[in-house]
Amino acid sequence: MPLSNKHLLGLQGVSKEDINLILDTAKTFREVLERPIKKVPTLQGKTIVNLFYESSTRTRISFELAEKRLSADTVNFAVSTSSVNKGESLKDTIRNIEAMKIDMVVIRHSAAGTPLYLTKVCDASIINAGDGIHEHPTQALLDMYSIRERAGKLKGLKICIVGDIAHSRVALSNVFGLITMGAKVSVCGPATMIPRRIDELGVNVIHDIDEAIQENDILNVLRIQLERKAGANFPSLREYATYFGITQDRLERNRKDILILHPGPINRGIEISSEVADGSDQIILTQVTNGVAVRMAVLYLLGTQN
Amino acid sequence: MKVILKDINLFHPAQNIDEKNTSVLLEDGKISKRGELSKDDIKDAKVFELKGKYVVPGFFDMHVHFREPGREDEETVISGSNSAANGGFTGVACMPNTEPAIDSAEIINFIKKQAKNHLVDVYPIAAATVGRKGKVLSPMAELGDAGAVAVSDDGVAIKSASILRRVLEYSKMYNIPVIEHCEDESLAGGAMNEGVNSTLLGLPPLPSVAEDLTVNRDILLAEYTGWKVHIAHISTKNAVRMVREAKQRGLNITAEATPHHFTLTDDLLKSYNTNLKMNPPLRTGKDVAEIIEGLKDGTIDCIASDHAPHSIEEKEQEFQNAPNGIIGLETEIGLTLSELYHKKILGLKEIVERLSVNPRKILNIPLPKFDLGETANFTILDLDLIWTVDATQFKSKSKNSPFDKRLLTGKSISTINNGKMFFEGEMITI
Repeated sequence: MPLSNKHLLGLQGVSKEDINLILDTAKTFREVLERPIKKVPTLQGKTIVNLFYESSTRTRISFELAEKRLSADTVNFAVSTSSVNKGESLKDTIRNIEAMKIDMVVIRHSAAGTPLYLTKVCDASIINAGDGIHEHPTQALLDMYSIRERAGKLKGLKICIVGDIAHSRVALSNVFGLITMGAKVSVCGPATMIPRRIDELGVNVIHDIDEAIQENDILNVLRIQLERKAGANFPSLREYATYFGITQDRLERNRKDILILHPGPINRGIEISSEVADGSDQIILTQVTNGVAVRMAVLYLLGTQN
Repeated sequence: MKVILKDINLFHPAQNIDEKNTSVLLEDGKISKRGELSKDDIKDAKVFELKGKYVVPGFFDMHVHFREPGREDEETVISGSNSAANGGFTGVACMPNTEPAIDSAEIINFIKKQAKNHLVDVYPIAAATVGRKGKVLSPMAELGDAGAVAVSDDGVAIKSASILRRVLEYSKMYNIPVIEHCEDESLAGGAMNEGVNSTLLGLPPLPSVAEDLTVNRDILLAEYTGWKVHIAHISTKNAVRMVREAKQRGLNITAEATPHHFTLTDDLLKSYNTNLKMNPPLRTGKDVAEIIEGLKDGTIDCIASDHAPHSIEEKEQEFQNAPNGIIGLETEIGLTLSELYHKKILGLKEIVERLSVNPRKILNIPLPKFDLGETANFTILDLDLIWTVDATQFKSKSKNSPFDKRLLTGKSISTINNGKMFFEGEMITI
């Protein structure tokens, strides 16, 4: 069964069937990653460009690894080394790359909607690796994969996304995907970091982290972006850590055997304490491994459509 | 030259003229006869058969951007005027956010020189502060003498309450109206209206309260200084309510709305089409409903396009990076007739008031009259013509319109002014 879309631009509007297909396919690739030789010939002869207009370490490496393990030919394009600095427009860049006969583009860009724009100016399959504060679908898929792997299901689970929701593409993709899969989603953070009218997406809004811990089965803790100045968005990192940080003490106080995800990179001692990050309950590093498998699944399903 | 407009409906509500199925004789661009015409009148005349068409006092758009000087690749005074004539306007007022800004008599004179001898009368609006920077008052007396019909820092609001206060006090001495782009600077900077759609699309949000706060500030300062403020491109429900209330209190506040703000909502932005990006941004259905209510009850005095040309290269980029603004002169009348007249929100009388009478009244420009001997200054409307917008046919140098390919009912089919007639895409000297 193929995916119903040629591109993966976000999880808004992606069906339950498609999400299940990706997650099930990822499971088979996850097994490949446990083999001594972690490579399959599935995308031999396909060319993929990783077009990163914004710095990224783990997402870029994860995609690159996924591509290599599927035997695709990959080209990396990073802004600092490209002709973008010479003033070339995005449209010309993508047209030029396409003229070199590529099959897929993995794009990360600081402006929301850029992946959609690419679908209009070129014929390749487009995979969104994060666009502005809009979506980051593969991150949400790997979060869902990791939850499903641990909890055995998504439907009916109570999942809370904690942190700077307003400036997070991970949060929005998780909201779309998890709601489609039948989970009960809430978000928790200071009111200044919750986007307006997010409740209309079917999300419960919480401002008390203890309540969030008590009421949920899983917390997905987002990074507080240090570059986002404290002072205007929230009073200080210290106040954030005190009132929203996940510490062992706080977990114990609230009962609780709770599964904690974090998309990384972690600010230890701010949104999550080292004790919790490194503790036995966390699946943070498993998430990273799962990320490769999920991206292999997406690349495979989109790359073998025709 | 003799021109006959035959079998027209002559409609000038301000002069109480409503004559059906009549004719007008023009000689050298002036009205020389109305009503039944003799054989002698018809002799040697160019006759336009216009049965059922309405001749109204030439429409006036008090908010356009002609990009000259500075961005002549996007629009010039001439191309903008051609666009206005094609859209059904015989007069426009152009905003000062050019490069350099219209803040000196020299630039006013330059624009007037460019516009000379055109069908369309172009009235410059000068910057309220030097360079539109909000620090130093522009030389308003001199600018007014040179021909500026108003002052505005459009593109942004006049920076601070203290400078706006001085602008109002000073402009009042010389009877110069102040036009405000209402947007609180500290809340500005977003790419679309803040709401559920900005949350869904991940675009930087621009809250409607940014407009409301400045409208409120401006109303209070207009009251305090005893002068007037015209609110440009009103777009929020609260702003309309505040203007309504200010009028009820007898304050000298006027307002305009654009066709896109009474036609479109931010639901459309999921396409990330940069031709839907403008400032103020498209708002919600509730805001649109209040604007329509405001147009109906007279809270909103006029319709203006905020015609803002941008090159393809500028618009064809990431949504966040694309500039604000769309062109509007050539779709304005079609949208007004389709959305307001045919939906029975405004009658033709109210439409003529909002597109011809009121903008001139606000800017102290005399209203064209239909009396014998007057220069013929007409817009000729086919109220029922069904047509499809085709951006490639625009006279504007730019094509950034979200209304391309839209089906509209009602159109201006001709404009006449200054001894010239625009008809079927051609400019004729009459």
